[in-house]
Amino acid sequence: MTEDSIKQANKRLLVRLLIVVVAMFGFGFALVPVYSVFCKITGLNGKTSNEVAKDTSGPIDDKRIVTVEFLASLNESAPWEFHPEIAKLKVHPGEFYHIAYYAKNLTDQPLVGQAIPSVAPGLAASHFQKIECFCFSKQDFKPGEGRDMPVTFRIDTALPAEITTVTLSYTFFKLNEVAHQD
Amino acid sequence: MLVNFLARLRGVAIIGGLLFWSMCACADYKLNMPVGVTDTSRDVYDLHMLTFWVCVWIGVVVFGVMFYSMYHHRKSKGAVAAQFHESTTVEIIWTIVPMLILIGMAIPATRTLIAMEDTSKPDLTIKVTGYQWKWGYEYLGEGVQFFSSLSTPREQITDDSVKKDEHYLLEVDNPLVVPINKKIRILTTAADVIHSWWVPDLGWKKDAIPGFVNDSWTLIKEPGIYRGQCAELCGKDHGFMPIVVEAKTQEDYDKWLASKKAKATQVAAADAVDREWTKDELMAKGKEVYGTICTACHQANGEGMPGTFPPLVAGKEFSAAETMLTPLREDGFLSDDNKIIMGSVENHAKIVLHGVPGSAMQAYAEQLSDAEIAAVITYERNSWGNNTGDVVQPSTIKAAR
Amino acid sequence: MSTATHVHEEHHEGPASGLTRWLFTTNHKDIGTLYLLFSLLMFFIGGTMALVIRAELFEPGLQIVEPYFFNQMTTMHALIMIFGAVMPAFVGLANWLLPMMIGAPDMALPRMNNWSFWILPFAFTLLLSTLFMQGGGPAGGWTMYPPLVLQMGAAFPFVIFSVHLMGMSSIMGAINVIATILNMRAPGMNLLKMPLFVWTWLITAFLLIAVMPVLAGAVTMLLTDKFFGTSFFNAAGGGDPVMFQHIFWFFGHPEVYIMILPAFGVVSQIIPTFARKPLFGYSSMVYATASIAFLSFIVWAHHMFTVGMPLGGELFFMYATMLIAVPTGVKVFNWVSTMWKGSMTFETPMLFAIAFVILFTIGGFSGLMLAMTPADFQYQDTYFVVAHFHYVLVPGAVFSIMAAVYYWLPKWTGHMYDEKLGKIHFWLSVIGVNLLFFPMHFLGLAGMPRRIPDYALQFTGFNEIATYGAFLFGFSQLLFVYIVFKTIRGGQKATSQVWEGAEGLEWTLSSPPPYHSFETAPVVK
Repeated sequence: MTEDSIKQANKRLLVRLLIVVVAMFGFGFALVPVYSVFCKITGLNGKTSNEVAKDTSGPIDDKRIVTVEFLASLNESAPWEFHPEIAKLKVHPGEFYHIAYYAKNLTDQPLVGQAIPSVAPGLAASHFQKIECFCFSKQDFKPGEGRDMPVTFRIDTALPAEITTVTLSYTFFKLNEVAHQD
Repeated sequence: MLVNFLARLRGVAIIGGLLFWSMCACADYKLNMPVGVTDTSRDVYDLHMLTFWVCVWIGVVVFGVMFYSMYHHRKSKGAVAAQFHESTTVEIIWTIVPMLILIGMAIPATRTLIAMEDTSKPDLTIKVTGYQWKWGYEYLGEGVQFFSSLSTPREQITDDSVKKDEHYLLEVDNPLVVPINKKIRILTTAADVIHSWWVPDLGWKKDAIPGFVNDSWTLIKEPGIYRGQCAELCGKDHGFMPIVVEAKTQEDYDKWLASKKAKATQVAAADAVDREWTKDELMAKGKEVYGTICTACHQANGEGMPGTFPPLVAGKEFSAAETMLTPLREDGFLSDDNKIIMGSVENHAKIVLHGVPGSAMQAYAEQLSDAEIAAVITYERNSWGNNTGDVVQPSTIKAAR
Repeated sequence: MSTATHVHEEHHEGPASGLTRWLFTTNHKDIGTLYLLFSLLMFFIGGTMALVIRAELFEPGLQIVEPYFFNQMTTMHALIMIFGAVMPAFVGLANWLLPMMIGAPDMALPRMNNWSFWILPFAFTLLLSTLFMQGGGPAGGWTMYPPLVLQMGAAFPFVIFSVHLMGMSSIMGAINVIATILNMRAPGMNLLKMPLFVWTWLITAFLLIAVMPVLAGAVTMLLTDKFFGTSFFNAAGGGDPVMFQHIFWFFGHPEVYIMILPAFGVVSQIIPTFARKPLFGYSSMVYATASIAFLSFIVWAHHMFTVGMPLGGELFFMYATMLIAVPTGVKVFNWVSTMWKGSMTFETPMLFAIAFVILFTIGGFSGLMLAMTPADFQYQDTYFVVAHFHYVLVPGAVFSIMAAVYYWLPKWTGHMYDEKLGKIHFWLSVIGVNLLFFPMHFLGLAGMPRRIPDYALQFTGFNEIATYGAFLFGFSQLLFVYIVFKTIRGGQKATSQVWEGAEGLEWTLSSPPPYHSFETAPVVK
């Protein structure tokens, strides 16, 4: 081999190795969306969709009754009052129901919050559909403002038969960075 | 010959094991997993013992052969090395046999696991929230919720000359009370970092993850008090957030629940009356609240910890990252040369009510009543050499909310 | 400086002298020595932290350290022992032994070799310096779970950066190992003739390259979450703290095998030598190692059964984890069969190797128990887990490193070590280690969570025993240092073969071996 061809070969090798490094590092980051998709499919961690359900038609199973429980949590120093208007609701799979959560800003400053939904048991997560939810977007609150925030949801009829109780939980987070923008 | 030897070895192992077992049982040494008080915990215990004995027998056989070989195939005894070094037959045997043993263990494990995951048809639901460093319990649909924190006095932990209670570090101010023979669904979540809710007698633990809920269930058969601890590292006082579950008969549970509800309305009523508190009342109440809520970080002497938890004593220096110092300075609690100063009552109330974002200081607006917050602020402003003389009334806090 | 260079030019054979010899060295033996000494130093620093932990846990109540400092100790102890003691020790052994075992003059990439070592002292100085920073060092556990880890003070970026450096060093070391093994074998040494230590290191190196970038990615995401407003692991922005655990353990489980596969290799070299009998089932050993490595990628979630996975996931990870027992069992059976009908003598390396087989198997048994998901709900995050992984890492990995040092030290230095002292060191270590870790099984079963600075009264007895064991084990390692340095300075001359039953290319070289191992490649038949 001549010196030039060695140099060329080395260059090729270097480029390939760099691609491998970038690929492995990228793989670490690629795990994030892959994991999210994986969670949505399997209901891992009770991760439920934070988007509007598209298909709203479908049969109603009025023989079956499922109890839906509503939970409200506040993360860390989120200065809100936050609770569901009712604790439990008996529902028929397939039918849409409308409930509300109440939230009140306890400070004298405008606040922005985001509610994160979670469903237990995890297997039920993919059968929990929402067509209206305050969790779809950030919520702005004026100082001292309190208001009802609506959720319209249904449990689809494909919910596995062994599940009789489903819990919908919202955790309210204060978004710090938004406060700076104001 | 070998079989004989193994049989003898087995005997010795059993006798030795039993001897050791009984010896330890006499002393105050707890050896094994608790059998617990639920069907789940019993199944788990059986599975644990099954796996344990399988391991013991494999160990006895493998180590038996090994020790036999070490004793007999020694150069000093004139052993001449054989030269065999391969046998596909035995390799296949010792791949297949362990597989079969594993399948034998996987079957009961799968059965138990399926039963544990079945949270359907609960009689009542309790939400468990992990906080740094206490637990919050909420009885769904009953309107009862409370916090449960360590009740072991601080002196017992830090001072060896103080005698420790029988249930040192495993005692709380408000235990979780549940009825027996009812299927209880337990939802775990957390408000700050990941915790894990574990009572060994119930047979499982479940992580409490901020933003997500996990569900599990239990059905306790015997009334009693069952103790556990947080099982996921959650910061400084991870070792000091125990769990106490008190299982009562349905009747006793109903009584307890009724009294809890009555108390909740009483407290609300008391708070509604805007009466004036005396300074002594506030100081006494404040000391109590400070002891359960604030000492963990700010310390009993109010001196905090350098770098993480600011002191509450005026004149003390606080050195920490700039991100921690800025909010303190903005609220008027820190001078330019990084000494603590007493800011206004309004800002003091603001910090206690709403916390300091981005720090370990939580919002206590939901957890503490107006009177409690007023008392603790009064206490902080008049202790450890702080002598502002301020008396903060619950009405002030109510207005500040 | 100029003289040193001059000397170097004149004597191509020998090492340069003075400090520059070590700073600029590209010689595999010098770098191997540096790695081993560095690892020894870290072993003592990490060990001191372990003794602080054990001293605090000697009796209930807080006597010696504050809880927050206690958490820093557990975190640092783990980081230092894993990345500073065990991994560099195996890289050191690889540097010393691989070229000699495959008949090469040196490692394939000598300059990178130098660099991958010299990164380490800086990485660990950085890591250790965080203990003196505002808010102290890392205290959220070596697993760095968010959101807890994000509460760390000024130390946070330093810890992340030092982890990056350690990862770079490991990856470069691994690339070097692969390049050396695949390109520099002596004529006639095909892959299935390589000594098992070489095989296990080849597989380990591939594991390292596969998972260290994943760790780097995970900690970088922590960094951007903390400083640049991303929400990979923050539920508020649509992230998930549990996802970190998945990514971390996707690195973490292969990492466990990175620390144990070379140990398998070491033991597979030592047992045949002292049994004077070839290793039983060589090819099945190679296949078992490869299948353990493969399985290590699909079992990660068994570290996190309690986070709440769907039933299907729990079952899959349970079955996959139980499956690991099969190839591991094959290895143990092969070692026992190698001893069977041998002609055994029990010098110190053999003693350590036998202790390895027994105690590692005990660690394997508790591993099997931990694999059973329902029972794991009880074991998880208790001292039972602490007992389990210390059994596989201390009398497992660390004992194999000591066995390796006793076994090859005469080759490296040309002097025999003091056999009597070696045996005393062995017995003190083996008694200490069992006193230290065996009671932890009982503590965990009885309900003691890990990573707590203070405990309920019923755990007192076994904690006392464990603390006595810790101090016995810790201080008997001073004897090890004494023996090693005594052997370096002098002692009875070692022959080329050193051990009667030793076979392999490294034993055909003189003791100590020439500076460049094989100038002309030997031919393997």
